[in-house]
Amino acid sequence: MGPNLLANADEVAAVILFGIGFTTLLLHRNMIKKIIGLNIMDTAVYLFLAAMGYVDGRAAPIVENGVLDAEAYINPIPSGLVLTGIVVSVSVTALMLALTIRLYRKYHSLDLDEILIRMQKEERS
Amino acid sequence: MSFVQNFPCFSIVLCMAAGILSTPMKGKHARYVTLAAVTLVSFMSLWTLWHVMSAGSSFVYTMGRFPAPWGNEIRAGVLEALMASVFSLVMLFSLIGGMDHIFRNIDDTKINLYFILVDLLLSSLLAIIYTNDLFTGYVFVEINTIAACGMIMIRRSGRSLIAATRYMVMSLIGSGLFLIGLAMLYDITGHLLMENAHAVMTELVYAGEYSIPLLVIISFITVGLAIKSGLYPFHSWMPDAYGYSTISSSSILSSLVSKSYIILLIKIFYRVIGFDNIVNSKIVNVLFVFGLIGMVMGSVSAIMAKDIYKMIAYSSVAQIGYVYMGIGLATEAGMVAAVFHILTHAVTKSLLFLSAKGLNDASGRKRVFTALQGAAFRSPLAGAAFLVGSLSMVGIPMLAGFISKLLFATAALGAGPKKVLVTLIVLAVSTILNAVYFLHTVVRIYTPVEIPKEYEHVHVHVSVGVAFALLWLIFLNFAMGMMSQPITDLIQTGIGMFA
Repeated sequence: MGPNLLANADEVAAVILFGIGFTTLLLHRNMIKKIIGLNIMDTAVYLFLAAMGYVDGRAAPIVENGVLDAEAYINPIPSGLVLTGIVVSVSVTALMLALTIRLYRKYHSLDLDEILIRMQKEERS
Repeated sequence: MSFVQNFPCFSIVLCMAAGILSTPMKGKHARYVTLAAVTLVSFMSLWTLWHVMSAGSSFVYTMGRFPAPWGNEIRAGVLEALMASVFSLVMLFSLIGGMDHIFRNIDDTKINLYFILVDLLLSSLLAIIYTNDLFTGYVFVEINTIAACGMIMIRRSGRSLIAATRYMVMSLIGSGLFLIGLAMLYDITGHLLMENAHAVMTELVYAGEYSIPLLVIISFITVGLAIKSGLYPFHSWMPDAYGYSTISSSSILSSLVSKSYIILLIKIFYRVIGFDNIVNSKIVNVLFVFGLIGMVMGSVSAIMAKDIYKMIAYSSVAQIGYVYMGIGLATEAGMVAAVFHILTHAVTKSLLFLSAKGLNDASGRKRVFTALQGAAFRSPLAGAAFLVGSLSMVGIPMLAGFISKLLFATAALGAGPKKVLVTLIVLAVSTILNAVYFLHTVVRIYTPVEIPKEYEHVHVHVSVGVAFALLWLIFLNFAMGMMSQPITDLIQTGIGMFA
């Protein structure tokens, strides 16, 4: 267990970060902190993918000096997945920020509970 | 390769192209582009369905002709084509039926954006249904979420903004879990294509290796997609999201979007992890229990709901519970019942939302139940449509809902002694609860009432589009109720093609 954890330190860190981001996104009432949580969560997944894709002693998959042996390079797909994932998380973050701006303009608060209270007040009046 | 085999790819690309084309257009014109695209997609999906039925086997379409372990693939079998056909048809009817309200509820400058979102939504739905590649599945799940969120928040009322925020947070949690599950799955199997991943998975399970990581992967993927589709304890966003967006959005979101995640889940169960492994992992029992709780709690909340849209939305919670209960039975019959219920719910829920809007229009647009008294006399077609939808949801013979319940009950009998009794009891209780709130509303709308003065001038006008959509959806309900055998056969062959 111990040496195994140490050898996979990156993955362990990724999973811990994922947990942190997940709970922040789920439990925090502040919209901005929710978005930060979302980004921590997504970044954790990219760390996980990148760490798994890294093989000690191999180069990035760009052919240099005519070395054509596949063993010399890492698999490009995990890196590609990270890139795709980043694009997705950027667009989702943008959407969340847009929502936050709309909410703030309407209710002058970033706190979701506060927003709910103000909405109910508004509907009653 | 015959020409038809291009159709799944064409329909995905066509929707995206329609979205791009609508960008500089005015709302009025974007409407025609979108309707044309959705109609074309329906035709192509039906044609694909006919093709795979007559060929008797599924086909794989390689994107860019890269061979199997590297390229990206689309796969169309009977089940995929059937889902794509029903989804695009329901989407078409929801759009036509809610067209007046789209133009009434949304700012003029934003209408073309709405149609862009609809195009994107349909293309992502189709891609989720057809894809053979897990990561493509994830990307389109996110596109689906973004489009759906846009369709909720475009109405700009405070309620719909908050509903969109809640929806977004829940969806992001679900897709985060799904993504890390996929990342782990990719690490262990080394493949993203479903067949290749499945082959490695079978070897691993046979050798008994990685049993704990596999369990973690299965739970992450299942829980992630269950959260996204709104299984019971994660349903809190549903009532507001469905209750306060424009009516086409409500009907599309409730009948298609949450179902597409379930289709993806079923696909992953069969084509990646293997159904036996899923059953051995006991995760289905978790789905089973939460499905049962959802069936009861959704109906109880629906009884207590304050207005008709929220009632229908809570009823969706219960119907999602039915679907997961069917999956949780862990038999093929249960799975067939679950898929059939997805179709039933798609045609019924859109009918209910559209007709509820018609009734509401005939009652001065007040969001209280009492205003609906006698609404069926003021708007006969909407009343009849609501009646058919309600009876179908309750499970009256000749309608689609009856066949669903029959299939669930039959499947329960073959599911092992522990599950039989509890399933049948909960099914009965849930049916009674369904009857309570739906029939209560039906009685209310058919209770004659003297027209109050303020409604005398309300001009109830059922446009051709609404009538067209309602009549088609009523027809589909009856068709599925009276000709269920060919459809269940189709679903069975489709699931057979998955393995």
